[in-house]
Amino acid sequence: MMQRGTAAVERVFREEYGRLIASLVRRFGDIDIAEEAAGEALVTALEKWPESGVPPNPGGWLTTTAGNRAIDRLRREKQRDAKHQAALMYHDDTPHEPTGPVEDDRLRLLFTCCHPALALEARIALTLRLLGGLTVAEIAQAFLVPETTMAQRITRAKKKIAAAKVPYRVPEAADLPERLGGVLAVLFLVFNEGYLATGDGDPVRAELTGEAIRLARILRDLLPEEPEVAGLLGLLVLTEARREARVRNGQLVPLGEQDRAGWDQGLITEGHDLVRECLAINRPGRYQILAAINAVHTDAASASDTDWSQVVTLYDQLTRLDPSPIVALNRAVAVAELDGPEVALALVDRLPLSGYHAWHVARADLLRRLGRTAESKESYDAAIAATQNSAERAYLSRKRGELV
Amino acid sequence: MTHYLLAVHGPAEMDEFGNYGSKEEMEEAFAATGVFNDKLQAEGYWVFGGGLQSASTATVVDGQGEKPVMTDGPYLETKEVIGGFWVIEAPDLDVALKLAAEGSKACRGKVEVRPFEGLA
Repeated sequence: MMQRGTAAVERVFREEYGRLIASLVRRFGDIDIAEEAAGEALVTALEKWPESGVPPNPGGWLTTTAGNRAIDRLRREKQRDAKHQAALMYHDDTPHEPTGPVEDDRLRLLFTCCHPALALEARIALTLRLLGGLTVAEIAQAFLVPETTMAQRITRAKKKIAAAKVPYRVPEAADLPERLGGVLAVLFLVFNEGYLATGDGDPVRAELTGEAIRLARILRDLLPEEPEVAGLLGLLVLTEARREARVRNGQLVPLGEQDRAGWDQGLITEGHDLVRECLAINRPGRYQILAAINAVHTDAASASDTDWSQVVTLYDQLTRLDPSPIVALNRAVAVAELDGPEVALALVDRLPLSGYHAWHVARADLLRRLGRTAESKESYDAAIAATQNSAERAYLSRKRGELV
Repeated sequence: MTHYLLAVHGPAEMDEFGNYGSKEEMEEAFAATGVFNDKLQAEGYWVFGGGLQSASTATVVDGQGEKPVMTDGPYLETKEVIGGFWVIEAPDLDVALKLAAEGSKACRGKVEVRPFEGLA
């Protein structure tokens, strides 16, 4: 089917953005040049595609067009700008390919974006911008900061990459494990932005969850011995396995109410194999434990068959590694199934998370189960106000409406 | 290649043994720094380097007005100042950071890495 219209162009552009930027950065050695050229290619696509339809190989079309725009620009500017002239020397005619060296381009860019010389916030923002193709506005919204702040953060990080010469390459084997933690954290955040997307568009952005998984698989090929990579991949595929069952009629379906026949058994098998592999290595870490928790859920034939004591035990283990209030909140939700909502509510109420929508969601649910209807309604209202995901908002509104 | 400043941060006030605590430690640091300097030269990263006198010997010159204004002491009132530095030439930040880590260990101080816009 031929895709037409501005929305189709923007969708294709976003899908192709990471690949496009990564190959342009390799070719021209400069992120700003890559972004400008990509932006000009989008303008051209917006002029042409609504008339002619999306070309059969849109990624190739965008790469060629952006490459030509960059060369035009560099020619125009080379008299007055020695830096761009130097950048021209990176010129390289490697064609756009969906597989092969281009895969490594994105991995290279990932390690550049996640470089330890950059602040963690900047790493996440750059990865989402350059590899995820999110707009600055969307990233700002995802991290609850004003758009100007996010724009400054990204600009500053790019300036540092260029001025200090942060390298554009996959680190050598000796440095790889050390550099990994930051990359894993960023991939997990990218996945989460896809799984619980912000904004009024699609509640789930499968291109982001898919992208995070794809990059995690490449990392696993590079580091087959590193259990946290296996753990992250296991966590992502076990979560992704439930994606289709997670939204129905534009509403989020919580884990306990999902149609388990709709879960992707191939991904579940893959995830369980990864968790078993991690257990055999016996060097537990944050992502491995989260993967194991998800393995318990996906192992249960029905919600009532869930081994909640195993889930709580795993959260206890996670708490020892990461004693954060968000881990405590998730643990409390599991405690509710084991020891009842009253015990769980006491745990939840202690946490300093009133700015976090999931805290309000958990409270609303626990208060509802305790029959404290008026308080539950208030918590649902707070949760709805703080939730940026359209399907979750729809689900919460329904639950609130059911309260009498 | 890019030029990087590796600036060693140290206390503003130095005691008898610099910022090293004892004569032995000071001598060890000097020896280790000498080894690191030799390595920079042997491997082609060296441009320039040296230790500075204590911050109390500094004078700040502000020439932005009609007449230059001289102020005794370092530019900022801080507990930490630059105690010495290297200027190196390295292919990228990863190389500069590795060398800075070695230099930091040798001279027993934190090292700030900053690229030069260019060398005069």
